[in-house]
Amino acid sequence: MRIGIPRALLYYYYYPMWKTFFEELGAEVVLSSPSTKGILAQGLKYAVDEVCLPVKMSFGHVLDLAGKVDYVFLPRMVSVEHRKYICPKFLGLPDMIRCLDGVPPLIDVNVNLYRKDRDLYTAVKKAGSYLTANQIKIWVAYRRSVAALQKYNRLLQLGLIPEEALAVLEDRVKNEPLPYPSDLNVAVIGHPYNIYDPYISMNLVGRLRDMGATVFTSEQVPEKIVSKYAERLPKRLFWTLGQRMIGAAFHYLDRVDISGMVHVAAFGCGPDSMTGDMIERQAHALQAPFLSLTLDEHTGEAGILTRIEAFLDMVRWRQAEASGL
Amino acid sequence: MRLTFPHMGNMYIPLKAMLQYLGADVVLPPPTTKKTLTLGVKHASEFACMPLKLNLGNFIEAHERGADTVVMAGGCGPCRFGYYAQIEHAILREIGCDMELIVLEPPEKHISEFIAKVRKIAGTRSWWQVIQAIRFGYQKARAVDLVEIASFKARPRELVPGATDRAYDRALALIDGAASPDELKYIVEEALQIMAGVAQEHSRPVLRIALIGEIYTLLDPFSNHSLERRLGLLGVEVDRSIYLSEWVNDHLFMGLIKGMRSKKEACAAAAPYLRHFVGGHGQETVGSAVNYARAGYDGLIQVFPFTCMPEIVAKSILPGVSDDLDIPVLMLIMDEQSGEAGLMTRLEAFVDLLARRKETGEVVNR
Repeated sequence: MRIGIPRALLYYYYYPMWKTFFEELGAEVVLSSPSTKGILAQGLKYAVDEVCLPVKMSFGHVLDLAGKVDYVFLPRMVSVEHRKYICPKFLGLPDMIRCLDGVPPLIDVNVNLYRKDRDLYTAVKKAGSYLTANQIKIWVAYRRSVAALQKYNRLLQLGLIPEEALAVLEDRVKNEPLPYPSDLNVAVIGHPYNIYDPYISMNLVGRLRDMGATVFTSEQVPEKIVSKYAERLPKRLFWTLGQRMIGAAFHYLDRVDISGMVHVAAFGCGPDSMTGDMIERQAHALQAPFLSLTLDEHTGEAGILTRIEAFLDMVRWRQAEASGL
Repeated sequence: MRLTFPHMGNMYIPLKAMLQYLGADVVLPPPTTKKTLTLGVKHASEFACMPLKLNLGNFIEAHERGADTVVMAGGCGPCRFGYYAQIEHAILREIGCDMELIVLEPPEKHISEFIAKVRKIAGTRSWWQVIQAIRFGYQKARAVDLVEIASFKARPRELVPGATDRAYDRALALIDGAASPDELKYIVEEALQIMAGVAQEHSRPVLRIALIGEIYTLLDPFSNHSLERRLGLLGVEVDRSIYLSEWVNDHLFMGLIKGMRSKKEACAAAAPYLRHFVGGHGQETVGSAVNYARAGYDGLIQVFPFTCMPEIVAKSILPGVSDDLDIPVLMLIMDEQSGEAGLMTRLEAFVDLLARRKETGEVVNR
């Protein structure tokens, strides 16, 4: 049986886990093609205008899998940790996708850890039941998939971006990539599906690296530090990804070796309108260089490039000034 | 301590009554106007949804009138309303309108947090009095809703143009003036009498449209450009999927008062289309659409603020409901850019379409 996984949204966090799980149970995992203009065009055609760019892209990726697979794995990611949600659009995603024509049947198990942690296994069992009735096999596959996820997360914390980490996990490269030559460190804060999708972010990470900056993202910050810094907020945040972005941003703003911050938001993103605002206020208060990029399907590459160049120039001037040159 | 709270349509009537019953000094923000919105837009982040901007404008204007404490509701996600109070507080501090903040929300760690907040508002008054105050507030909310429903029915059928609006304003003023629960009892009767006194042509054929969507833009006439009034004047009888008293019964009393429409029915009806709650009122919107279609309404209008996440999910799903149950849906998205002329054109076109559909439908069925 062939199971399709769209290369969008939480693929960037959980792909190694999902892949290992289904392969352990004897399925063939098919990934949708990397994001392109064509895939986005498909998404734009079928999604309502108001949804954000990454969700439109995910529509395109699901449609890309149509005809190639028996099932599309599209879990309803309600909550991945206690008392926190992802985003309302993730809660309704399977229902929105089901409205489209020509979509393969969905494996849309509910992942909801809002109340207690052990509920995860109910979802795992249900996903596994599409492939086998053998409970032991499901359990073993689940354990292995968790191990794969942990390995992946360790690689992310080392500073690899998902693409590189996956290449290492799948033995596509001999060695882990060497650090890029750089003269300054820049933090890039944003939802993983925005900054790591090279089409959505116009290869932001790659461009910054080419321009001589080492990129730090929120995935490199260990969970403990994230929650420690997020405690500065007047109220506990109820979005998992928002909490990670805020905690990491506050952490990076405190670090002297990080010279600037780029905040990436999708146009019309609800959580970003709140967390981005708080991060920007903090950056203003600390007088840290801060670039805010808002992306949608009309964003032009040239405009983004100019702004990144100008931002890096400004950061470098500030550094030169500070060192008395 | 001089308390204030944000506006949301007629919510100020019950809320003011409740707080004053507890002896609080209430400063009502001036009615929401274009100026309120401009103030909010100036200071809030660009992509914050419109209710946040209007709240913020209300607070700034109330601060000018001498308020020093804000009472607000909170929440625990996933809709961003749960974080409104904190963001608004940060913005107010930054622009020099420092106000104390009392957020009434489900406690994070212990019930004592909530009790402390109620104590701050109620002072030394007993819990019995707090309960009485909430009851008084609820009764006013119900009275206001009954008057509003009566106005929805009267407006498309009124014989003297503007008679309904005048009666509605008088009835609201009466309810607002009721000082005690005992007084309220006969004032409700009087208010409903006033509404019943509007001369109507009962045989006039009217269209029926249901308004569904996000609570703030549904309840607040400023944010939806008095949608109900406009539709009424176009000869449409409207109903709304959310009324304040129903919301209070559902969310604060946990459905204690029986015999009222509840969100459970709406969520159950949404099941084939949207099988999970999506925060805010997304699932209720889809469910109410199904219920209204089955109840034989001629059309639906979904109203929500720009970038509202739960309603975007509902919007993606509503075309399916519209096809299956054969009911036209118009989506109206409100923000600081929405203009009145554009809105009127769309409403007129939609109403014409429904009228034509009804006419031909009746001919075909005959």
